[in-house]
This record gives sequence, structure tokens and C-alpha cells, in this order.
Amino acid sequence: MNTVNNNALYTYVLGLADDALILGQRTAEWCSRGPFLEEDVALSNLTLDYIGRARMFYQYAAKIEGKGRTEDDLAYFRDEREFSNLIINELPNFDFGFAMVRQYFLDVHACLYLPKMMLSSDQHLAQIAAKAIKESRYHLKRSETWVLQLGLGTEESQRRLQSAIDELWGYTPELFIMSEAEAELAQCGVAVARDSLHASWTAQVSAHLSAASFTIPEQDWKVVGGRTGEHSEHLGHLLSEMQIIQRSYPNLEW
Amino acid sequence: MKNNNDLYEVFLRSIRGIDHRHVGSLHADTPEQALTYARDVYTRRSEGVSIWVVKSTAITASQEEDVESFYDPMDDKPYRHASFYVLPDEVNNM
Repeated sequence: MNTVNNNALYTYVLGLADDALILGQRTAEWCSRGPFLEEDVALSNLTLDYIGRARMFYQYAAKIEGKGRTEDDLAYFRDEREFSNLIINELPNFDFGFAMVRQYFLDVHACLYLPKMMLSSDQHLAQIAAKAIKESRYHLKRSETWVLQLGLGTEESQRRLQSAIDELWGYTPELFIMSEAEAELAQCGVAVARDSLHASWTAQVSAHLSAASFTIPEQDWKVVGGRTGEHSEHLGHLLSEMQIIQRSYPNLEW
Repeated sequence: MKNNNDLYEVFLRSIRGIDHRHVGSLHADTPEQALTYARDVYTRRSEGVSIWVVKSTAITASQEEDVESFYDPMDDKPYRHASFYVLPDEVNNM
């Protein structure tokens, strides 16, 4: 077996951490703004699942890096270009339909990705995946129901979701692009070969979208670059809101 | 699409072997959605291992004006109480 390259492992784990934190922060924006009380509480639970996941990955990344940085340093004291989350996670919520379609796309992805990650030769990653898959299966149950319900709902809900699907579609290819670190770590059984999940994802999503009376968009454009720090204009705003307290009052605890 | 109008009553079984207990109510469109909301609203702190949801309209409830005819006749029948048995310490939740 090849020895694991520490830099590659750090980069890989940090990417997974950033994905979880940025989506968690986006989802947190629903708190007190959910469409009704029950959904508001459900969305806050979803947020906490992602923040918890981010913490596990950041703690592990900090340990791999071995420079004495903590999970908080990684979350609050890196700038936009240093964040390596996939772009779909940072897009604004726009409306509830958009957020649910994004969540659905990511939940289907997670439910394909995490079972593979449970088989990682890295025990730590395998254990995080074992915990996260239970959450993601629940998230999928919710988001898949919303897609169906809003698809078969009113003309307005149908229209809004279809436009969200069209808008998000170009951000989904990035979910299946291997970074350099991933390609290297996949060789020694540490990282999941995310490129191998694309066909299953497309088949599952297309079947569900069709059942919910949506049209599957043509894959004629895509936006990529998140893993190498090339983000949309939205990430900077998200980070400034998320990081301002720690940047203004470093090491503040409450 | 219905508009999140139905009220559901939520029952939780806190640990195995114990009956489901009424814990509250919530709004949802479908029974399945009510179940997921019950999970999110009422079991966040590990309060349950099993959930029932029932549409509130499916419950037929006794009314305040029934109190006399329903319950007063039991007041003078103490022999119906099994108060002559001592429960072993191991038996909880009776």
C-alpha cells in the first residue's frame, strides 16, 4: 500500500469540512425565517447536523496539519480564496424551493458518497461517514418529499422549482470532479472516487424529478473551481457575516 | 397542494416497554411529513424511540359537560381499586 501523503490528506479533509460548514451556515440563515414553525425547527436541526460534521472534519484537518491550529482557526481565520468548498454550497438560498432543490441534490450525493467513505482505509474518515450517513438518509427523506410535493403542487411552486433546478444544474458537475488530492488519495483507498458516482446520481435524480413532473435540463454549462478557491461572489458575503465576531474580537468565547 | 393545514397529535414512546404518551401537536400536509416534523420538533434531545402521529380530527374526545355522568359514578366504588396489593420494587411505571 502507498503511504498516505499528509498534505493531500489535509487538503482532502479540509475540502469536506468547508463543504459542511458553508452549507451549514447557509442553512442557518433560515433560523426564524422558515416558512412555518415546524419547518423552521427542522431546518435548524439540519444546520446543526452540518455544523457538527464540519467540526469533526476541521478537528481532524487541524490534527493532520499539526501546526497547532484549531477547528476555530480554520473556520474563522481563513479568507475566501483559502476556502475550498464546492460552489453549490455557497449559493444563496434565494427562496425555499431553491434551497430544497439544492439540499435534495446534495442529499442524493451524500447518500452515494458516505457509504463509500465508510469503507475508507482511513479509520477516522470511515467513522465520521458512519455517523453522517444516518443524518443524510434522514435529510434525503425530507428533501425528496419536498421536491415531490412542490413539483406536484401549484403552478407557482412548480415554476419556482423548475427554475431552481435549471439554475442549480450547472453547479452539479463539480460534485463529481476529482481534485488532485482526491485522485492521489483514492489510489490508496483513503478518498472516495467521486467521479464514479455521477451516473448513479444522475439516474436517481432524473427519475425523481420526472416523477415530480419536472424537466431535466440539458447539461450544456457548468461552473467549477470551488476546490481551488475560485468562488462565486456570494462566498465573501457569507464569510464576512460568519467570521466578523472572531475577527473583531479574536478568541472571544461565549 | 394542501396548505399545511392539518393538525396532528404526537405520541412518543420514551423507552422500550413504555406506552406512547401524548407530547403535543403540530401542523403538516401529510402523515409522513407529520412524522418527520415530530422527529425534528419533539425528539431533538433523545426523548423517544418510537413516534405515532394521529390527525387531531381522528380523535373523539369526551366533553367537559360529560364529567358528571362519566366520572362521578366511580367516586363511591373504592373496591375497584387494586390497593390491597404491594408492588415489588422492580415494577416501575404502573
